[in-house]
Amino acid sequence: MNRINEVFEAFGSALILAWRAFRSLPSAPRILRRVSEQGYLAGYTTLPIVAILLFFIGAVLALQAGNTLRDFGAKQLIGTLVGESIARELGPVMVAILLAGRVGSAVTAELASMRVSGEVDALVTMNIPPERMLVLPRLLAVLLITPVLTIIGNIIGWFGGAVVCAGVSTIGVEPEMYFQALKQYLTVRDIMDGLIKAEVFGFVVMLIACSTGLRTRGGPREIGFAVTKSVVFSLIAILTLDYFITKALD
Amino acid sequence: MRDDRSPVRITVSGLSKSYGPQSVLREVSLEVQPGEIFVIMGPSGSGKSVLLRHVAGLEVPTGGTVAINGHDPRLPETRDRFALALVFQSGALFNSLSVYENLALYPLEHRLCPKPEIRERVVRALRILSIENAVHKFPSELSGGMKKRVAIARALVMEPQVMLYDEPTSELDPVMAATIAEIIATLKEQFSVTSVVVSHDRDLAFAIADRIAVLHQGRLLAVQTPAELRENRDPIIREFLRPVINLQEPRFKKLEANHD
Repeated sequence: MNRINEVFEAFGSALILAWRAFRSLPSAPRILRRVSEQGYLAGYTTLPIVAILLFFIGAVLALQAGNTLRDFGAKQLIGTLVGESIARELGPVMVAILLAGRVGSAVTAELASMRVSGEVDALVTMNIPPERMLVLPRLLAVLLITPVLTIIGNIIGWFGGAVVCAGVSTIGVEPEMYFQALKQYLTVRDIMDGLIKAEVFGFVVMLIACSTGLRTRGGPREIGFAVTKSVVFSLIAILTLDYFITKALD
Repeated sequence: MRDDRSPVRITVSGLSKSYGPQSVLREVSLEVQPGEIFVIMGPSGSGKSVLLRHVAGLEVPTGGTVAINGHDPRLPETRDRFALALVFQSGALFNSLSVYENLALYPLEHRLCPKPEIRERVVRALRILSIENAVHKFPSELSGGMKKRVAIARALVMEPQVMLYDEPTSELDPVMAATIAEIIATLKEQFSVTSVVVSHDRDLAFAIADRIAVLHQGRLLAVQTPAELRENRDPIIREFLRPVINLQEPRFKKLEANHD
């Protein structure tokens, strides 16, 4: 029963935190520097990992699908399969998972440490809402950088598929044919659906990270627990939301 | 200092606080007069810091109330109106900001004055605490004592009407501790700042306090002037104020015997 209460409490706290953060939105011009700092931390430093991961996901997808489609005489559709899978599903999900593991965990650790060391209380006594100074810049940053990361990740993933198709002799699909198939069936709607997912996932990951961090009490041990909790909750949220958003966008 | 400064009275009525089954404060009532330096003393774990956090509006009481000129300190409007500053025991400096940025944060965020004036305020506060050379350093580069001084400087920049100090002289050498005591007293003299100081430091308490409250196991034992408190016959207060190091009959031996 306590566990269930804890989950509801965490959910409610996250919603209240989001509400309080967005209530400070009129002060957004004053926090632009913090938004750009957070954007740099969350986006620029995550980009290399996104690139490597999506390249190999595209490559593996092409390799797995290539041999099967070849047996059915449909190898010219590899581009379509890789393009659609990455744009609609794997791109946004993988970017969100990387954000949870790399950015979300760091944010939780930082905010939990600030909470434990009294920095958050210091903000409160100075009448500076922590939601405005600590949460809003991170939420805005993640809303800005997640679609960018996803688009770049998608392109690199498609390119990974093309490299495998051209390089693996058993598949033997030329890049022109691969990209032609990709363009023929992939619509703007597919890409937009993926970006909507990415935006929701990124926002939820950051909200969970901030909320978990700010609710931490105790000492260094609790900071570790908070980081683990944040990543686990984020992964569960990403995969659960993925199903419902896919269904809603269908 | 702010133009609309008015004397600030702090009223604590029947304040109780429990964390689960553990009762930390038990119906504490006291009143801090405007412009007074009010020191709260007591053994470790007696609830002094928790009481101070209630006055700062950082805790929700289990029972009773805290009011600053009749206003709830948990409300942002109250904090805004009285510029309530709390000097944390650990300093609670923002680690990602330099000393200058730590000090300038409050006036910048509240847009109190133009940037050159903020700079002046910061420099003045740093000079009072003799830490001008730390202005570009980050908290991780400072000693414990330096952090404490920066925390006090940060509070000074706020030009508060209520100053709350949690162990302001811990981790400081005797000379710096005396300087801090002088600063607390000067703020009272010059700006009528109402100050609440939580401290174990008897010298500090008797030197600067207008009145001293003694807490024991969450209960208020006495609120008296330093002179009255010196004459107090309560054995717990006497033991706390005049502990004698007794090597023949150490206290921990008695505690062990009681435990067995």
